[in-house]
Amino acid sequence: MTRTTDSVALNEWQAVGTVEEIASGKRRNTRLLGQDIIVELDGDRPRMFETNADGGMGTEHPAQIHYGHVWTTLGSPEKPPLDMPEFQEEGRRLVKVGAVTVRASALRIVENFLDMSHFPYVHTGILGEEPVTEVNDYKIEIREPKDEIWATDCSFFQPQAAASADDGQISEYMYRVSSPFVTVLYKTCPVVDGAWDLVGIFVQPKDEAECDVHTFMLVFDDTSTMADLVHFQQEIFLQDRSILENQIPPGLPLDPKDEMAIKADGSSMMYRRWLRKKGLTFGTYRGSESSQAA
Amino acid sequence: MRLYDYILSGSCYKVRLFLSMIGKDYETVPVDYYPGGEHKTPEFLEINPLGQIPVLTDEELTLRDAQAILVYLAGKYDADRTWYPEDPRLQGEIAMWLSFAGGEIMNSSAARLHDMLFYDFDIDKVRAAAHAAFRVLDDHLTDREILGRHWIVGENPTVADIACFPYVALSGDGGISLDDYHAIRRWISRVKRIPGFIVMPGIHAN
Repeated sequence: MTRTTDSVALNEWQAVGTVEEIASGKRRNTRLLGQDIIVELDGDRPRMFETNADGGMGTEHPAQIHYGHVWTTLGSPEKPPLDMPEFQEEGRRLVKVGAVTVRASALRIVENFLDMSHFPYVHTGILGEEPVTEVNDYKIEIREPKDEIWATDCSFFQPQAAASADDGQISEYMYRVSSPFVTVLYKTCPVVDGAWDLVGIFVQPKDEAECDVHTFMLVFDDTSTMADLVHFQQEIFLQDRSILENQIPPGLPLDPKDEMAIKADGSSMMYRRWLRKKGLTFGTYRGSESSQAA
Repeated sequence: MRLYDYILSGSCYKVRLFLSMIGKDYETVPVDYYPGGEHKTPEFLEINPLGQIPVLTDEELTLRDAQAILVYLAGKYDADRTWYPEDPRLQGEIAMWLSFAGGEIMNSSAARLHDMLFYDFDIDKVRAAAHAAFRVLDDHLTDREILGRHWIVGENPTVADIACFPYVALSGDGGISLDDYHAIRRWISRVKRIPGFIVMPGIHAN
């Protein structure tokens, strides 16, 4: 497909790879919102170009490095990438889990990330386990002036909440959505009292129904190896992948009549309303229109 | 006994699955295969000069190749010798399907690595080759069903079934549909009902 005309999607910062993946002198040929692009590091400086018809470098667009990832945009964003002060805290480990391609709408990937009700069924023995399937009440709000969705006071019993967990625990959660394509969760750290571990996904929408997902963890954990941490998160994410690729319709329906008003879906309903209010169309289900995610 | 393991590898899963089915305890050593590329580091090449996983160590023995590991485990730890029978004819047939599992079926693995983790394969070519392999397996399983047999070789599940199973069951990850392979789909359901069956990401319990 060709580049989207959806200005809401275009005017966001998007992560398109880790600094290591786009190591100095080596290019990453990829795609963003239907536009083929080339991302490279010129010394420490990230650069992004549209790919010309002959495969060469065309128009250049802004790029910057945050949280070990290269962020870029095809439009003119009003707000910078999200602010995560936890990245400055001593003692945390940043785990870059590695990009994974998913044939699904970015919006479905974010919505699934926010959903606790699937834990016992999809992440059995790790993030949940039958018969404990109930999602407890939680609070959900839009926080201004940054226009972010926050779900707080979430909790769930988890047999293996993190790579560092020895036993099951009631994990407390907060979820944050800072852009249609960027979401982070904060969950009870099993090893440091009162601390949150962070897990986030930067979803790079390549086409309406295909994404690269850049997952990171920012955790307190002095004992697990990097392989332990990567395996833990990849297992969870790849359990979701095969389910995400089979959702119908591929695009996320935003029409209120498509919502099923059950309490566990509070964050999902808020996310869909928030997207609708923004006027986002890329990756949504739009009835019989031919240009929708398919 | 230690298994050098990657959670998303269907080849490592062959070994985990079989150890679960025969009820044998073991330790895992997680290898940061992706994105770390740990299997290509000098330290890992000391363990397996081919730079591949899985690798199994058991006392003094170090074995690479999932198929070789399955044969060893079945020979050593399955007292009833049903998973790798002693009959030379069955052993020959099993060896044939083990080779197929490590050969033609691996086109499904290549498609998955391409679609999921950015490996540089000719995707149309590997998908077509995977379909050709699945057609061979589906025809074989159909013939077996006509004889009242439910497994690839003999009257019981053998290491041939375990070796062939993962990358057939994971084919959807590489954009390869099993819709046209009815005997394969029935066989997948049967494998999932073998006592000790375990899942991996991309392979569901039912």
